[in-house]
Amino acid sequence: MLLEVEEVSVYYDSIQALKGISLRLDAGELVTIVGSNGAGKTTTLLTISGILHPRRGRIRFDGQDITHTPPHELVRRGISHCPEGRQIFTGLTVAENLMMGAYHRRDREGTVRDLEWVNTLFPILAQRRGQAAGTLSGGEQQMLAMARALMSRPKVLLLDEPSLGLAPLLVDRIFEVIQELRHSGVTILLVEQNAFQALRVADRAYVLETGHMKLEGPARELAVNEEVKKAYLGG
Amino acid sequence: MYSLPYIAQQIVNGLNLGSIYALVAIGLTIVYGILRLINFAHGDLVMVGAYLALALILNTALPLGAAVLVPMIVVGGVGILVERLAYRPLRGAPEVAMLITSLAVSSIIQNGTVMSLSAQPRAFRLPADLIAQQQVGVVSFSTLEAISVSVAIGLMALLTVFVTRTRVGVAMRACAENLRAARLMGIDINQVIAYAFAIGSALAAVAGFMWAGRFGSIEPFMGFLPGLKAFVAAVIGGIGSIPGAMLGGYLLGFAEIFFVGFLPPEFSGYRDAFVFGLLLLVLLVRPRGLLPTTAEREG
Repeated sequence: MLLEVEEVSVYYDSIQALKGISLRLDAGELVTIVGSNGAGKTTTLLTISGILHPRRGRIRFDGQDITHTPPHELVRRGISHCPEGRQIFTGLTVAENLMMGAYHRRDREGTVRDLEWVNTLFPILAQRRGQAAGTLSGGEQQMLAMARALMSRPKVLLLDEPSLGLAPLLVDRIFEVIQELRHSGVTILLVEQNAFQALRVADRAYVLETGHMKLEGPARELAVNEEVKKAYLGG
Repeated sequence: MYSLPYIAQQIVNGLNLGSIYALVAIGLTIVYGILRLINFAHGDLVMVGAYLALALILNTALPLGAAVLVPMIVVGGVGILVERLAYRPLRGAPEVAMLITSLAVSSIIQNGTVMSLSAQPRAFRLPADLIAQQQVGVVSFSTLEAISVSVAIGLMALLTVFVTRTRVGVAMRACAENLRAARLMGIDINQVIAYAFAIGSALAAVAGFMWAGRFGSIEPFMGFLPGLKAFVAAVIGGIGSIPGAMLGGYLLGFAEIFFVGFLPPEFSGYRDAFVFGLLLLVLLVRPRGLLPTTAEREG
């Protein structure tokens, strides 16, 4: 088991956002968390990446307890988080954004190799390398956000709403890339409102509802589950 | 009308004063950019720098460059220490808590200086050959002014290279833009914040030397005015923006010198009122300053 979240509870001041949720992620898996707005999906990812702190529960990664490990140390150990709303550095160039993704790395050769790798995944980024990231289109910004997250050479990629606000054609392209990444060995935890697409590509899925893990199982099974269909797949 | 030499002279003066404001404003703006902290104690580091420089000049036989370099290093360290002791424990607290803390830090530095030394102004005397005016073409300036302005511009050029060409420098801009995203990238923000305080404080120390050299005396509360003016300069330039702080600093320096130099002498007493009037005017036209940043407000 690569990542294990055990009975984690998270609060925003006095409001409980996660009510003792558990999930696990095996190496090489593509797992998705689906759920409606405000269910706690983003909170879950932010807790794993060390930005939010659980009041109860434990998180283990690669056999070690990481419940209280600071975010920058987690990136070093192999957890990379591509946040919701892209959050690229708009005033920095595309190249500088990618450089920040590889911030902790000292292996020059490996970094250069990974830069070539993300440039083959997203050829448009190579063309735009000197441009301020804020001048990119929405789709290009999403690609940059993903490429930036990959520059740390993660063992686990946390992907938060990568298809949000994108045109259908781009959504397809993003999901293609997600599958390519999975085939190249990156373990992915995907949070999506686009439950249909997410369940189509994922191995396993969790359904999160107002801070509880409501259901879990193989994505294929959940995709045909009546309850899931009604709530998240439009009947 | 004014003679050409007179105008040229005002430009030289503006460059000198503008360099000081710009150096101090940079420290304010980089700290504000990352922490959203208006660091009221920043001006006091100008004072600490000036005192250290004077101590070195009076008590050692070191070359004058050391009176600039050593205070830069020491005051840079003081900046790191202040952040560690006063501001870091408040990380995540409301911005106003940090603001009030910075007022306390300012008060502690000022009164600590009064108590350990004295409130009496001290003469900041430099070797005569350094402050002697020399005529070059139509303008006259002292060697001190020439060196000061060159050093200031050189340091700003270095800073620009640092924030655009180095890993930590780019991270500093990334942190100023989006602190949470920076943390998710694996950037150790405490390290970047320490760099920001060290750099800003070191530049304030250089400004302290220049300010003291310009007025010839120093006292424990001398940091207030350059601190305040630099804050105005940073806001005019667009607070959080490094090029903005440089632009705002020179703009303010020139505006102030020209105001005094080209209007009848009875207006001179209003120079500070004029500075704040200028701030109001710029903010009316461009509320986010001349070179606003693209920063997002979240931790």
